[in-house]
Amino acid sequence: MQLFDELKTLGQKHIKANKQAQQNLPSGVWLACPKCQQSVYHKDLGRYFTCPNCDYGFRIASRDRVEWLTDSFTEMDQDIETADPLDFPDYGKKIAAAKRKTDLNDSILTGVAKIGSQEFCLGIMDPNFIMGSMGTVTGEKVTRLFEYATEHQQAVVLFTASGGARMQEGIFSLMQMSKVSSAVKAHSQAGLFYLSVITDPTTGGVTASFAMQGDIILSEPHALIGFAGKRVIEQTMHQKIPENLQDADNILQHGFIDAIVKRPDEKATIEWLLEMNQGKAGELSS
Amino acid sequence: MVVRNEPRKGGRIVIVSLFGKKQRTAGEIVAAARDSQKITGTELISELFPDFMEMHGDRLNDDDPSIIGGLAHFAGQAVTVLVIDKGLSAKDRIAKHFGSPAPAAYRKSLRLIKQAEKFNRPVLAFVNTAGAYPAASAEEQGQGEAIARNLLEIAGVRVPILTIIYGEGGSGGALALACGDQVWMTENSMYSVLSPEGFASILWKDASKAAEAAEVMQLTPEALLKANVIEGIIPEPSAHKRFCRNLAQVIQPELEKLTQLPAEELLAQRHARFRKF
Ligand SMILES: [Zn+2]
Repeated sequence: MQLFDELKTLGQKHIKANKQAQQNLPSGVWLACPKCQQSVYHKDLGRYFTCPNCDYGFRIASRDRVEWLTDSFTEMDQDIETADPLDFPDYGKKIAAAKRKTDLNDSILTGVAKIGSQEFCLGIMDPNFIMGSMGTVTGEKVTRLFEYATEHQQAVVLFTASGGARMQEGIFSLMQMSKVSSAVKAHSQAGLFYLSVITDPTTGGVTASFAMQGDIILSEPHALIGFAGKRVIEQTMHQKIPENLQDADNILQHGFIDAIVKRPDEKATIEWLLEMNQGKAGELSS
Repeated sequence: MVVRNEPRKGGRIVIVSLFGKKQRTAGEIVAAARDSQKITGTELISELFPDFMEMHGDRLNDDDPSIIGGLAHFAGQAVTVLVIDKGLSAKDRIAKHFGSPAPAAYRKSLRLIKQAEKFNRPVLAFVNTAGAYPAASAEEQGQGEAIARNLLEIAGVRVPILTIIYGEGGSGGALALACGDQVWMTENSMYSVLSPEGFASILWKDASKAAEAAEVMQLTPEALLKANVIEGIIPEPSAHKRFCRNLAQVIQPELEKLTQLPAEELLAQRHARFRKF
């Protein structure tokens, strides 16, 4: 037990040292992997922006993912705007800045995509848009994506990344969880396939709704997957939580995801899963 | 009790009963929602139902007492009852983690809701929680998955589900039992995406600005009724017996209306209730 404790402290010292090291590195050239703490030359992250040491998928823009994931993509609902339901001070400015940064109207990009011969509805959350938080527009876009898919008899693939609810939209953000769930249910009752792919980090209201509602749930290596934030757990419970508590590896071990898939394998895996899950109950697929 | 029923769009009913009372700040309502004199879940059950049998367990490997579930009669009809309870004695409160349900509690609630559907019983849910249990153990037991499954499955349950928030309605932990056909709030209750303290510390890096946060968040029954998040407000006198009579006066006619709806229409209305946000 004592050895175990020492190992833990050692690990933490190592993290601290690395964080310091990261700050001293010339920006944009060397990065410290936030998961394995190795310093990585930026060019070694490659096309998929993953850690060569631990396969962690660094946080990437939705539009960059579309590039390597799909063969074609037609965006939908790019013009919906939030009504700022709480009339929250400076929220408009925050939204404007996030829009400029991400070239998105909110924290998710949605549309119809193709991989090979498979056409499906695709949503990709963007961790750079106010931390991927779920606002009314996010919820509306996900809902419309499921509604479109139900109407057109298509599968849905959703990449999640979210800091949780959009605080600036208060209770209306919370209501999105039920709104989306109802659309997911209708899609599922139509016998259609929903694949959720969890990316780093996925927390709060998104974990507690559509991220965990897939027929099949995949995760990228070392994605943080949780409901409560680490700080909330530590402050409320006065409990130091293990570093890997919300790591995809631990979530897999506890039975809440089907598999961990590395970024370079995602395209082929998704194509295969779409093909595998197009049958309908009562029909024998030929 | 001063009650005036006013028909609204969609045939819903608002109870306007708060005249003559002085306007309270959102901060005061938050304090009232958390008041230690507030009725407990067990007391609420014994006041509202002539009979009640508690049913335990999630049928996976656990039973969490923060949600009391069971069967009872209400106005002569068999119902399934779910109550988030903060507990009374210190020991009880610790066992119930002060009314913060662990995943097993949500799984038990869904099991009982599915059973209610099988035997065509309406579901009455009573919510008073600061939020789902934020512990390492709850994370490993899949807190997010448990809530997500409630939201998904309840969207398709073919019996009426009526919820009353009678204290704190904390975020996803409350929504998991408030995603049915009607949600009512008692006068001294709140319903929000996060606690005002958490909200202030996230947005303004200062948890002491909770009172200000409460004002901005629109978490009071009045604000939520205006925003169409809830169906109505139930007057909450300090005497628990009188309070429970008020609850019964709202539940009985509403439940009657809901049970008369064909299942397809019930589900369509439930869907529309959330689709509008
Ligand atoms: Zn790494």
